[in-house]
Order: sequence, then structure tokens, then C-alpha cells
Amino acid sequence: MSDTVVLTETQSATEVPKGPLSFVNLASLRRYASPVFLVCCWQAACSSGFLSTRLVSSPAQIAVTGWALTRDGTLPYNLGVSLLRAASGLGLALTLGVLLALISGLSKAGEDIVDAPLQILRTLPALALVPLFILWFGIGETPKILLVALGAIFPIYLNLHSGIRSIDPKLLEMGSTLGLSRWQTIRDIFLPGALPDFLTGLRYAVGVSWMMLVVAEQVNAESGIGHMMMDAQDFMRTDIILVGLLVYGVLGLLSDQIIRFLEAIFLAWRPSNEKKRTT
Amino acid sequence: MTALKAAPQDAAVSIQQLTKRFDGGSPVLDRLNLAIAPGEFVALLGHSGSGKSTLLRTLAGLDPVTEGIVTRPQRVSVVFQESRLLPWKKVWKNIVLGQEDAGTRQRAEVVLEEVGLSHRTNAWPATLSGGEAQRAALARALVREPAFLMLDEPFAALDALTRLKMQQLVADLWKKHGCAVFLVTHDVDEALLLADRAVVLEQGQIRVDLPIPLSRPRKHSDGDLEALRTTLLNALGVHGA
Ligand SMILES: Nc1ncnc2c1ncn2[C@@H]1O[C@H](COP(=O)(O)OP(=O)(O)OP(=O)(O)O)[C@@H](O)[C@H]1O
Ligand SMILES: [Mg+2]
Repeated sequence: MSDTVVLTETQSATEVPKGPLSFVNLASLRRYASPVFLVCCWQAACSSGFLSTRLVSSPAQIAVTGWALTRDGTLPYNLGVSLLRAASGLGLALTLGVLLALISGLSKAGEDIVDAPLQILRTLPALALVPLFILWFGIGETPKILLVALGAIFPIYLNLHSGIRSIDPKLLEMGSTLGLSRWQTIRDIFLPGALPDFLTGLRYAVGVSWMMLVVAEQVNAESGIGHMMMDAQDFMRTDIILVGLLVYGVLGLLSDQIIRFLEAIFLAWRPSNEKKRTT
Repeated sequence: MTALKAAPQDAAVSIQQLTKRFDGGSPVLDRLNLAIAPGEFVALLGHSGSGKSTLLRTLAGLDPVTEGIVTRPQRVSVVFQESRLLPWKKVWKNIVLGQEDAGTRQRAEVVLEEVGLSHRTNAWPATLSGGEAQRAALARALVREPAFLMLDEPFAALDALTRLKMQQLVADLWKKHGCAVFLVTHDVDEALLLADRAVVLEQGQIRVDLPIPLSRPRKHSDGDLEALRTTLLNALGVHGA
């Protein structure tokens, strides 16, 4: 009898006890408590002079600077420039990556021609191409957009390609017994079947885009968040640098949320999503 | 002569001298002959690895005919052991997959009603139980009004109770649609319950061809089944059952 386990309703630790007070808020507040506490410590360290504000600005100072930069239009302008670059680069990577993945995923000849060179290229660290890109394309928008595209294309291509290749052959057999045309097979089996992998790739691609953009803008640019931060470095404005970091952080979080949202819509058929929606 | 021919509508299935080998090894099917009349229900038994699925896949056109002649109706459907529903399409969309004319939804509803699955029309396949998924697979096969229906161990993965229900369903559907049926099964009782004829595949050929001249509907408890059961079990090399 010693190995008997009784499972009751309150087994789960996150179970909310029923009572007059709402403990729901308490549980969710707990998640935010420790970041808030850390920020408070940071502020306290700065205020007491324990941390030199020359090295690290205080959270309050960052908030003030952030507001000032927004008011005078510096932040919105640079943010707009950066967003446009990221979107253009990502758009280019999406178009090319999807096209190449379809070619190599859907035909044997296509795979032979497309896959090998891409597999070789992907082993090159994209950032090592920065000097070459500046030599080739100068210092305008082109090298920045191309760098973003270069970084983002591989996750998109690789994931979509492997998604297409890993479609269950039993489903393809079924499709052929139902007499599906080639186009119907692609539309109804290959593409939706590869969508989960594609979205995973897209998530990586967005992350890589921001990273490539930071580098591109810090190496050589007259505008953009990265440029704003590099400029601040010359004047030892750690507050502006930290505002830039904060913006990158928020952008990263937001883009992740967008992809999650896309997954919730397009992958509603997955059992895990079904559960998420009903609980 | 090698060919997979489409017979004129509602013609019988006919297999002549079909030989099939993988990678030049010894033949899995060895000059096999078999004929199925229109509307006839034939059950195929045989040991694991005897080539039952290979024969069915060849009939379905999934594997090429390399030696011999196979004739079969144009409109055929297959149900496998797994439902093979597309997880990203709602049940009714799976049923009418590949059909793009108007009225697909209505046709799906009719056939789902027939298999007793109308309450799951809009469900995602991942939420179906094993039995429900096989019902959906049956519906998908039937909506195409096949002249020849192939079933490869369609109920093997189901529990005993569900299997009994599904057998009953197949018997009813067959009576209603009147298509020729080719059922691969390991279950001697299933064959006896459903088929007009049970054939046993052994060493690449049909070794036993046993008519089952019993009236329908049949029950497992029918006394007449006993003698046939013994014959079939003997043919399969299972003695003393
Ligand atoms: N694609 C293949 N390549 C090589 N050998 C194969 C292939 N498909 C089947 N075989 C071989 O052919 C033989 C018959 O296989 P088949 O799947 O037709 O058996 P089966 O009668 O359906 O068995 P079971 O009852 O276990 O499903 C087996 O020995 C199998 O290993
Ligand atoms: Mg088999």
C-alpha cells in the first residue's frame, strides 16, 4: 500500500485557493516582484553612490532620458529608421528563403542545386562579411538591409526545408490514393505540414535580424538605434545607451509575441494549442 | 506483360501472374492470381510478412506493377491501419480532400452521418479517439463512391469493443454501397463475420480460397462459423484452437 498516490484537486501548486480575497493577483504579481525588486536595488545603488552613474545610469535617469528623446523626436526617428531596415531585410529574407526552400524541398533536382551551396554558406559567420559588404555596397541602406537579410535567410530556409522534407510519407501516400494533383498536394499537405517548422524558423530569423541590425548600425551608420547608441558612447551618455538597449529589448519581446500570436492562429490544430485555448 | 489497368466501370478486380520482389530478393508475391467480382467482399489473411500489404499497395497503385497484369476499377479507395487524416484540416475538410466543386460540405455531412460521426464534423483530427478517426477514414473512402474499397487492417489498433462496432458498421456500409471490398486482416473471426470469401496468402500465392456461404447478418456465436473457423485456423497453421 506504500506506493499508493492520492491525486486530489489541490495537487497542483498553482491551484488558486478559493477565498474572499483574490489570490489570483498575488500569484501573477509574484512573477513581476523579483524584476521590480532588482530595479529598486539598482536605483538604490545609484542614488547612494555605490554605483558610479558615469558607468551605469540610474533607472530614473533612463526614464527621464527616454522621455526626453521621445519628446524631441530623436528616438522615434531612429526607431523608424531601424524598423524600416529590419522589415526590409526580413522581407527580403522571407521572400528568398521561402522561394529557395520550396525549390529545394519540393524537387530532387532543386535540392541538389540549391541545398549544397546554402549549407556551405550557412557555416560562415554572417558578421564576418561586414567589411566586405561595406566595400561592395558602401555605407548607405543597402549593406544594412542585406546584412539583416543574410542573417535571417538561413533560419527561414533551413527550417522550412526540413519541415517540407519531414512531412509524414504516409500522408503523401494517402494524398496519392485520393488522387490529389501536384498542386493540391503542395497546398494541402506540404505547406500546412511545414508551417510549424517555418514559424520556428521565422522566430529565429526575427531574433537574428535585430542582432545583425545592431551590428550594422554600430559599425557604420548615420541613423538608427545602433547609431544613436554609438553617438552616446562618444559623449559618455550611458543613459542613452541604456535607453537604446531597452528599446532593443522591447522590440525583441514584441516580435516574439507577434510570432506567438501567429502560431496560436495558424497552428490551432495542434493538440497543445487546443489545450491552451480551453484552459 | 506488365500493367496496372483501369477496368471499365464496375468491372471485377483481376490479378494475373503478379510477381513482386524487393531489391532483387526472393519474391514476396510469386505469380499470384486472384479475381474479385463486382460487389464481392473478400478477406485476405496470412502471416505477418506474407505480403498482404504489398498486394494491397499494388492494387491501390502505390507500388508499381513490375510483373503480371492487374485490372481494377477506376474509382478505388483505401483505408489503412492509421486514419491518415491531415491534422491541419477539420474533419469534414479531410473527408472531401481534393474535391473542389460546390456542395462538398453537404456531401461530407451526409457521409459523416452514415458513419455516425456527425457530431465531430468541425473537430480537429487530433481530438478524435482512435475509433472516431477510423470512422472518419471510412467516411473519406466512401464519399468517393468507390467501386472497389481496400482496407488494410483498419481496426487492428482499436480495442475489442470498438472493433466489434466498426465491423458492424463496415457490414452495413457494404450492404448499402455495394462496392467490392478487399479486407486485409489478422482476425479470423472478422473475416468470417464480414466476407463472402476468405483467401490466405502464403509464400507469395493464394493457397486457400474459402467461400463463406453463410446468411447475413452473422453473429460470432453462429454454430456454422465453427467449422469454417477451424479450416481457416488450420490453413494459417494455428492448431488446437
Ligand atoms: N519497401 C520495402 N522494401 C523492402 N522490403 C519490403 C518493403 N515492403 C515490404 N517488404 C517486405 O515484404 C514482405 C511483405 O511485407 P508486407 O508488409 O506486405 O507484409 P504483411 O503481410 O502486410 O505483414 P503484416 O501482417 O505484418 O502487416 C516483408 O518481408 C517485408 O519485409
Ligand atoms: Mg501489413
